[in-house]
Amino acid sequence: MNNYLLPLASLIGAALVIVLLVVYQRSSLATSTGFGRFLRRNGIVVSCYLILSLIGWLFFMIILPQLYMVDFSFSQNLPPSKIGGPEDVYTTQNYEYLLFGPQGGEESFNWLHLKIFLRTIIAAVVVTIIDLAICYPVAYYMAQVASSGRLRLLALCLLLPFWVNEILRAFAFRILFGSGGVMNSVLMWLGLTDQPVDFIRADVALYSGLSYAYLLLMIFPLYNAIESLDHNQIEAAKDLGCSWWRVHFEVVMPFAKPGIASGSTMVFMLSCGALAAPQILGGPSSLWFTQIIYQWFNTGGNWPQGAAYAFVLLLVCIIFVMAVMKLFKVSFGEIVK
Amino acid sequence: MSSNVELENLNIRFGDFHAVKNINLNIRDGEFFSFLGPSGCGKTTILRAVSGFNDPSDGQIRIGGEDMLGYGPNERPTALVFQNLALFPLMSVAENISFSLKVRGVSKAQRRKKADELLDMIALSGQGDKLPSELSGGQRQRVAIARALAVEPKVLLLDEPLSALDLKLREHMRVELRRIQQKVGITFIYITHDQGEALTMSDRIAVMSHGVMQQVGTAQEVYDNPATPFVASFVGENNSIYGTVTRLENGYAQIKTCFGELTGRNEQNLAVGDFATLFIRPQNLSLMADEPFENIIETRVNDQVFEGEFEHLHLVGDRRNLVVSLVNDGNIPAFEKGALISVGFKSECAVVLPAGDMAYE
Ligand SMILES: Nc1ncnc2c1ncn2[C@@H]1O[C@H](COP(=O)(O)OP(=O)(O)O)[C@@H](O)[C@H]1O
Ligand SMILES: [Mg+2]
Repeated sequence: MNNYLLPLASLIGAALVIVLLVVYQRSSLATSTGFGRFLRRNGIVVSCYLILSLIGWLFFMIILPQLYMVDFSFSQNLPPSKIGGPEDVYTTQNYEYLLFGPQGGEESFNWLHLKIFLRTIIAAVVVTIIDLAICYPVAYYMAQVASSGRLRLLALCLLLPFWVNEILRAFAFRILFGSGGVMNSVLMWLGLTDQPVDFIRADVALYSGLSYAYLLLMIFPLYNAIESLDHNQIEAAKDLGCSWWRVHFEVVMPFAKPGIASGSTMVFMLSCGALAAPQILGGPSSLWFTQIIYQWFNTGGNWPQGAAYAFVLLLVCIIFVMAVMKLFKVSFGEIVK
Repeated sequence: MSSNVELENLNIRFGDFHAVKNINLNIRDGEFFSFLGPSGCGKTTILRAVSGFNDPSDGQIRIGGEDMLGYGPNERPTALVFQNLALFPLMSVAENISFSLKVRGVSKAQRRKKADELLDMIALSGQGDKLPSELSGGQRQRVAIARALAVEPKVLLLDEPLSALDLKLREHMRVELRRIQQKVGITFIYITHDQGEALTMSDRIAVMSHGVMQQVGTAQEVYDNPATPFVASFVGENNSIYGTVTRLENGYAQIKTCFGELTGRNEQNLAVGDFATLFIRPQNLSLMADEPFENIIETRVNDQVFEGEFEHLHLVGDRRNLVVSLVNDGNIPAFEKGALISVGFKSECAVVLPAGDMAYE
């Protein structure tokens, strides 16, 4: 069924080469602009290589695998012998499953999965807000206050812990927040509690772990944005009567909005798609949506179902991010600047 | 309430570096006061101390008699116009101007009204909805001033506000600034390294060098009666001739120089035997015609430069060239390089000062 993808790819490639050749033939260095000039300057061989490798990268690494997944998500989960057979027709049942559950089930909606889905999105929003709250002051300090020596030291302190791999970090957090862990020992020693708090069940460990994991992705866009703010504007705002928090709300944050948006987008997207941290740090009752996707692919052995779930997650995340950006009047162009 | 600005024994240090040294000054209510000095002499540092961005290491700053220590920039009756303007790029011109009112919780309608008033004053009526980036340099300049005035400060502080503009606009803005100051009637403290600006706009000028205040006075006082060699050489063009005092006579001092004995006013009570420098302005040196001058310098021509209304004659001096400025009346003779000529000046036009640091451009 999806055997047409490869011939299609080679067809597109061939068409491109022909287009390039035609453009090359018709262009001369003196008169041509833009594309023709690019071809003349680099020669036809190098040009073809550059363009084809770029398109190849886009196509084979990004578009093609996703196309396969889209294809999967609309397919039926058939044993290999039946693939290509008469039963192999496109269907929306995988998507329907997420909404309505198994056919002939007791409930009219698949509440179990929908709730997990919603909780994952909300939790990712919470993680994003936590990261924003932690990173904004740090980024501001780094960008506008710290001397260059202090800045280097701080950047190093932020970067070094991320050499530790994700799994190790997650398990370390588990120990930290475990019932016999450092947190509980300290709390009990201080007399704040006489019984160990179950941080894992309360998802404290999960939120901490996720927030920590994506800290840098928030700090650096924020730092970049705030760093380009002229310090005189901060002083001007103070001089015109702003208290310190007003300076931030009126001048620094509006200016840093693209950085805030780009950091938040990354943290949100990656939190939604995180797997290891929820697996290791999540409480026994809290499943992350990615864990369900993983189950479909892995233990469930149902790739089409997994692909459909993953696509819904991706689409909803994109729509959500777009909506929030619209709300805060950030354009997409500003984010990637 | 009066809003004079008093600086008392003001000292500012950055670590070991002594940026502002022991300044004592009373800037009067409603005065247009300028700090004039070369870049790096500590002007901005003083201004920032007055506006509350850095604290004096020693001494006091009082505005209207009240010690300002412990008041932040947002609590002082001052407003600062930044050297690079620091307009908020994401806000419209009107929002920029009324920003301080927004911070103070003034209603939107009143803010708009005030912004329109100020836009009228700076001759930008109807341009309130533009972004600062859509204005020209001179217009942005005026917006920055309007933004600072919206606070209704008692003291407006301006840090080289015209330095980014081109010459013609700068000259126009001098008049404009003076007009605005007279209209609002508050104290302006103006910083510049451009003596032309200071001389044309100010009621009084403080000339600064290396953190030290050299002289305070009106433009005429500073120009005609410089107190130190630095002021004499920094404010306006001046020729300097070195020597030793040989004779004193009712307010005049005669000094022995490489051009012979020369006499000038002795305003700084020099004594016989002191090392001294005589300053004589280029326009006060004349070619020897029939007038008998008390002081005559005989030297060689180095260069003759045509300047339009003037012609500058560069003569070999004792350390630097002596410059003679001749009004171009159409019959200035042409001199050959190396020709021997005599120039003269009246003693009352020259001033003799103790030898000391000069300003070299
Ligand atoms: N925050 C600071 N730390 C250290 N040195 C400073 C600081 N601010 C200014 N200086 C120094 O003080 C001197 C005067 O600076 P400034 O007041 O800006 O001069 P200007 O007269 O050009 O405005 C300069 O030599 C400058 O390097
Ligand atoms: Mg300065």
